[in-house]
Amino acid sequence: MSVDTATVRRIAHLSRIAVKDEEVAHLQTELNAILDFVEQLRGIDVEGIEPMTSVMPMQLKKRQDEVTDGFVADEIVANAPRREDHFFVVPKVVE
Amino acid sequence: MSELTQLTLAEARDALKARKLSARELTDAHLAAVEAARPLNTFLKETPDRAREMAKASDERLVREEGGPLEGLPLGIKDLYCTEGVETTAASRILQNFVPPYESTVTSQLWRDGAVMLGKLNLDEFAMGSSNETSAYGPVVSPWRRSGSDAKLVPGGSSGGSAAAVAARLCLGATATDTGGSIRQPAAFTGTVGIKPTYGRCSRWGIVAFASSLDQAGPITRTVRDAAIMLRSMAGSDPKDSTSVDRAVPDYEAAIGRSIKGKKIGIPKEYRLDGMSGEIEALWQSGIAWLRGAGAEIVDISLPHTKQALPAYYIVAPAEASSNLARYDGVRYGLRVPGKDVVEMYEKTRAEGFGREVRRRIMIGTYVLSAGYYDAYYLRAQKVRTLIKRDFEEAFGKGVDAILTPATPSAAFAIGEKGSADPVEMYLNDIFTVTVNMAGLPGIAVPGGIDKDGLPLGLQLIGRPFDEEMLFSLAQVIEEAAPKMPWPERWW
Repeated sequence: MSVDTATVRRIAHLSRIAVKDEEVAHLQTELNAILDFVEQLRGIDVEGIEPMTSVMPMQLKKRQDEVTDGFVADEIVANAPRREDHFFVVPKVVE
Repeated sequence: MSELTQLTLAEARDALKARKLSARELTDAHLAAVEAARPLNTFLKETPDRAREMAKASDERLVREEGGPLEGLPLGIKDLYCTEGVETTAASRILQNFVPPYESTVTSQLWRDGAVMLGKLNLDEFAMGSSNETSAYGPVVSPWRRSGSDAKLVPGGSSGGSAAAVAARLCLGATATDTGGSIRQPAAFTGTVGIKPTYGRCSRWGIVAFASSLDQAGPITRTVRDAAIMLRSMAGSDPKDSTSVDRAVPDYEAAIGRSIKGKKIGIPKEYRLDGMSGEIEALWQSGIAWLRGAGAEIVDISLPHTKQALPAYYIVAPAEASSNLARYDGVRYGLRVPGKDVVEMYEKTRAEGFGREVRRRIMIGTYVLSAGYYDAYYLRAQKVRTLIKRDFEEAFGKGVDAILTPATPSAAFAIGEKGSADPVEMYLNDIFTVTVNMAGLPGIAVPGGIDKDGLPLGLQLIGRPFDEEMLFSLAQVIEEAAPKMPWPERWW
């Protein structure tokens, strides 16, 4: 399978990464090189094989449903590029 | 160069305990070495004030004979581990100036045990790379050079800063992480020891995530014993990481020197690649001879899906990365590039904040997870992963105690030499290491020889889940038997 330039643009948009027009052709070549490489898997018989979902077989841990952390709003917003009080500031989303 | 920086971690520990040496002296010697080694670009951030403060506290505890297992020992920390109050960048522009308000579990355990932090070490951006060339803050230069050449070599990656700093004697040991070979490959390139423990052995909490089902923390050190000492402090279960395993942490150091008589060592025929260099083959044969000489039994085994591990990895790892790295959106931390609306702000921020390799992997991951392609790529890769794991289980089921392979297909290469035209060329570096991550197993790289240019070559041992002790016992046999290689003399 290989990707065309329209697909490259669509993937970039889904990835929320801006690409310039002059980058598209190069990206297409690189992505296709990687996709060619992973193409080798197509010949493997995976009929009836379960996909791996847990690296080490173990039960997911449970804990008491109680508050163990919080009330640290100052710390949470401390690294924000733009903030006001305890809010993250973003460009206008709702018209 | 001060003699104090020539000590191994174990020697320094014993000298501190015997009060032949103070933590302050040891730290000062290392801080001076770090400062003098800036041309290698190993440290992204030096923290000398904090180091001296920690050393002072260590000396006080040592006087009271209350020192922990790592008391007063200066370490470097890969800049993927969040350190409270100290900038943590993952070598990415997108996390420039990010100051975590918390400490990763693994580093907090190192400080609990008395270690001293010298600073934060360079790496490939978000740990994506095999040469440390994708760092937004420039490549790391290996302290090693080919004989008769001053070409700058890569230290490997992604833990290139960690491996180079340890080989250059800037720190006694360093933390590292391994998603596809990022501890073992740089260790092999720099003549150091690196262990990726079993998945779940160390907590991933507070370590910047790359591919969560593959990432594991581990140490890089100059000796097998030093790695055993460091891993004991790094390992352990953590309520904050639900994949960390509830299992007591053994005294790994006690495994050093244990007899390996009668242990069964598997030699997988699929690791004998077409066109593999004679030097790598000879290295492998030496490893076999050393283990046999110490009483181990060598058996041929087959791991039929070895060849599929790397392509499956380049589906699974980018898929998980594309999801993990969605959090870098210019809102909560890091870089923000303004846009006319929120989507444009995201797109510009991520285009400018991520480097080429990271952008490429996010896009591949997004593609293989996208509607219509999920089954063909991601689901198939996860099934192949089950097959890879099953291969190992069958070998271990037949009584094999560990598996011996080369760590890398070649010695270190020069900066700029690989991967510029085709990203896959760089990916092939991890061909021997990536199976271990796919199956969640422990693997250790240990120096085994030198190539024709005088550069180190490493062997890899792969163990049963949670049998790191076996790896330490076997690796130490190889370490003893292998030709001794002097550390590179200071040219920087």
